[in-house]
Amino acid sequence: MDNKMTLSFISKSSNEGFARAAVAAFATQLDPTLEDLADIKTAVSEAVTNAIVHGYGHPNGIITVSCVLSGKSITITVHDEGRGILNVQQAMQPLFTQSEDTERSGMGFTVMEAFMDSITVDSTIGQGTIVTLTKKINNDIMAP
Amino acid sequence: MQMSLKICQRTLIIGLSGELDHHGAEQIRGLIERAVTEQDVKNLIFDFSNLTFMDSSGIGMIIGRYKLMKSLGGRVALVCTNPRMEQLITLSGLTKLVHVYKSVQNALNMEKEA
Repeated sequence: MDNKMTLSFISKSSNEGFARAAVAAFATQLDPTLEDLADIKTAVSEAVTNAIVHGYGHPNGIITVSCVLSGKSITITVHDEGRGILNVQQAMQPLFTQSEDTERSGMGFTVMEAFMDSITVDSTIGQGTIVTLTKKINNDIMAP
Repeated sequence: MQMSLKICQRTLIIGLSGELDHHGAEQIRGLIERAVTEQDVKNLIFDFSNLTFMDSSGIGMIIGRYKLMKSLGGRVALVCTNPRMEQLITLSGLTKLVHVYKSVQNALNMEKEA
C-alpha cells in the first residue's frame, strides 16, 4: 500500500502530541503492532521536539512532517527552517546537548536510532534541518 | 497530562498520567519545585504507573529534579512498570542515578532504609 501525507504546524510545544498522534494514526494503515506504533510515536516526538527546542527556540517557526508509506515501510521526514546543526555527528552522540536549557537529556537522536531502522540528518547552518526516519513494519501473521 | 502530588514521610509522591513529553515536562517542573521548597520535602518519588507515553524529555525532567534533590541532600526514585519506558530509562543511563521500583509502597519502604 503506497500513500503519503504532509502536515505543517507552528513550533509550539503543544503540537508535539499532535504531531506524533497524527503520524501514528497515518501509520496504522500498515497494520503495525502496538510496539511499532509506540516506536514511531517516540521517534517523531524526539524529532519534533528537537525542531522546536533547537531548530527554532521560539513558537513562530514552521515544522513540516511528511510520511510516505511504501510496501511495509514508513518514511517520516521532519523539516524545520531554523538554526541548523553545526556538527551533526557530534549532535548525534548520546548525552550531547547544546541547549542552555538544562532539562534536555541529550538523548533525542539516540532514542530515534534505537526505535527506528534508520535515521539520516541533513542540516545547514541558518537554513534548517531535515531528519529522515524509516521503519519497516513486520506484521506477518503466522498462519494457523 | 495530569499530575497529582501527595506527601508521605517527607517524601513527595508525584503521580503522572497521560503523556509526558517536552510540553508536559515544562508545565510540571515549576509545580514540583514549588512543592519541594514549600512543603519541607526530603525525597521524591515519580510514579509513572499511569503514564501512557514518555520520550527523552521525561528523562531530562527526572535528571533536573535529581540535581535539585541532590543539592538538598535528598533522593529521587521512580515507579515504572511499562517495558518501553524502562527501556528508555536504561538506554539513558538514568538507572545509575535513581532506583526504579514496581510500586510506590515498595519505593517508600526501600528508600526509607537507604
